[in-house]
Amino acid sequence: MGNDVFVITEHMDGKFSDVSFEMVGKAKELAPALGGQTVAVVLGSGLSANVFASDSTIYVDDANLAQFNPEAYGKVIEALVKEKSPRLVMFGWTATGMDLAAWLSARTGKPCVAYAKDLCIENNTLIVNSQVYGGKMIAEVAPEGDMAIVAVLAGSFPAEAGQGSTTATQAASPVALDGLKIKFVEAIKPAGGDVDITAQTKLVSIGRGIGGKENVELAEELAEKLGATVSASRPVVDAGWLPRTRQVGKSGLKVKPKLYLMLGISGAPEHLEGMKSAELIIAVNTDKKAPIFNVAHYGATADLFEVAEAMLELL
Amino acid sequence: MNIVVAIKHIPSIADDLPVKGNNVDFDSVDFVLNEFDEQSIEQAVLVKEAVGGTVTVVGVDLIGELDNVLHLALAKGADKAVKVTADEPGADSHQQAKWLAEAIKGMSPDIVFAGVQASNDLDGQIGPMIAAYLDMPYIGGVSSVEAAEGTAIVTKEFAGGNAGKYSVSLPIVVGVQAAPKPPRYAPVSKVRQVAQTATIEKISPSADGAGAGLSMKKMAPPVVTGHAEMFTGSSKEVAAKIVELLKSKGLA
Repeated sequence: MGNDVFVITEHMDGKFSDVSFEMVGKAKELAPALGGQTVAVVLGSGLSANVFASDSTIYVDDANLAQFNPEAYGKVIEALVKEKSPRLVMFGWTATGMDLAAWLSARTGKPCVAYAKDLCIENNTLIVNSQVYGGKMIAEVAPEGDMAIVAVLAGSFPAEAGQGSTTATQAASPVALDGLKIKFVEAIKPAGGDVDITAQTKLVSIGRGIGGKENVELAEELAEKLGATVSASRPVVDAGWLPRTRQVGKSGLKVKPKLYLMLGISGAPEHLEGMKSAELIIAVNTDKKAPIFNVAHYGATADLFEVAEAMLELL
Repeated sequence: MNIVVAIKHIPSIADDLPVKGNNVDFDSVDFVLNEFDEQSIEQAVLVKEAVGGTVTVVGVDLIGELDNVLHLALAKGADKAVKVTADEPGADSHQQAKWLAEAIKGMSPDIVFAGVQASNDLDGQIGPMIAAYLDMPYIGGVSSVEAAEGTAIVTKEFAGGNAGKYSVSLPIVVGVQAAPKPPRYAPVSKVRQVAQTATIEKISPSADGAGAGLSMKKMAPPVVTGHAEMFTGSSKEVAAKIVELLKSKGLA
């Protein structure tokens, strides 16, 4: 078995996502301790793949890989992993990596750690910290055996360390990609027409704690008084209380406003991915142990409705 | 169309999670339905309403309390409920996926839905694993499914509001991010009525193990490196302090 660290990179519209560079940077720390090399793995078509600071880059160029396709990507990655036997395979815990990491684990019988926040080598053993239970707990685990699959939360490591210009070695797909059961049809771009929350300097952001659609109005009134726009965490959007254009977080948009005032958002890792760089974060939540209080600059354990109404009177 | 929904009963994170040894103390936590499974049940019922068929909901009964969740699913429009009687509160995703795959295999499904993720998916999600065990393709992060005979068009979400439309040949396993509509509400009276009349099929877990291969070292709340400066007092006092802060920074 080999000791290399494979980083499964991801891209959209020809641009690699930050998490790809973040993982390559981390892999460069881990690979020497494992006695192996950092290998960036790129699947796509017509890409400029010489962008990583890895020891080497494998670029599988095939028309069937031009857009993400979980079936095609899975087949290629499984074949590569079986052929090269890396010690560690890193995915992003992202829309693409989430389709592949656990699948590869079940296919290969090798262990998988999801929600990974950090990795290190202690006494020649790989240790992974995983942020489970909505960020309320950290599990420290050691994957057993000769190969581990780890899916890493975006934003866990600096991206700069993974940026470079290693020449990619282009290869044909190691498996036939005809007869796929999943076929990419078309890309759907973000819906226009609504305000662009990424362009706002102030956001009043509501979470599950808002309780119902009828209460969104209160947040809107407060936002209006502050010259802000209302945004939300995923459950609010899934419940249909606000349109998807207002969703902050991993499956929504990344925002960096001057003010991010959070009402009833607990701060699951998926939400933090979208807002942790805001300049001033104030969180109001009834759960004094909500993970958001570890990230917010200011906080209060209080009823959001009472606080919002009292703020309206003062503004 | 033969539609199956694989669900996960997971520790509630509404309260603090007690720790026993190097894992959560599963005997002293409340279990709830994974929130993404509510979306996947809704998506399954929407497909049934559009093209006809049956919806079978299947989960692993970890603590002997899955019936409540299954009754709710039936009240929302599922036709059949099946539980794998495991009585193993700490069963990991690999083990649950293995049991569920074995239960689902005999159902000859056209589509298997699963929640895209669960908060206790330390070793990954059951959806992709069920797909691997059943040798079916998997696509996750899905926010809409339009099924027809033998095929479906699914929309998969990416970051930043981007999405992709995919055409898939059935059977397939789909990881649901969100149903196109908010999950429907089932009145308590209807759930009670279902609970009195419904039959839940029981399946014994096979001895076939599928461990996650993870050695647990520690489970603990995050070490806090930073903490918000907390405003205390009544809600009015908190509001006054927030407004004062905003004014001092020229934000109000």
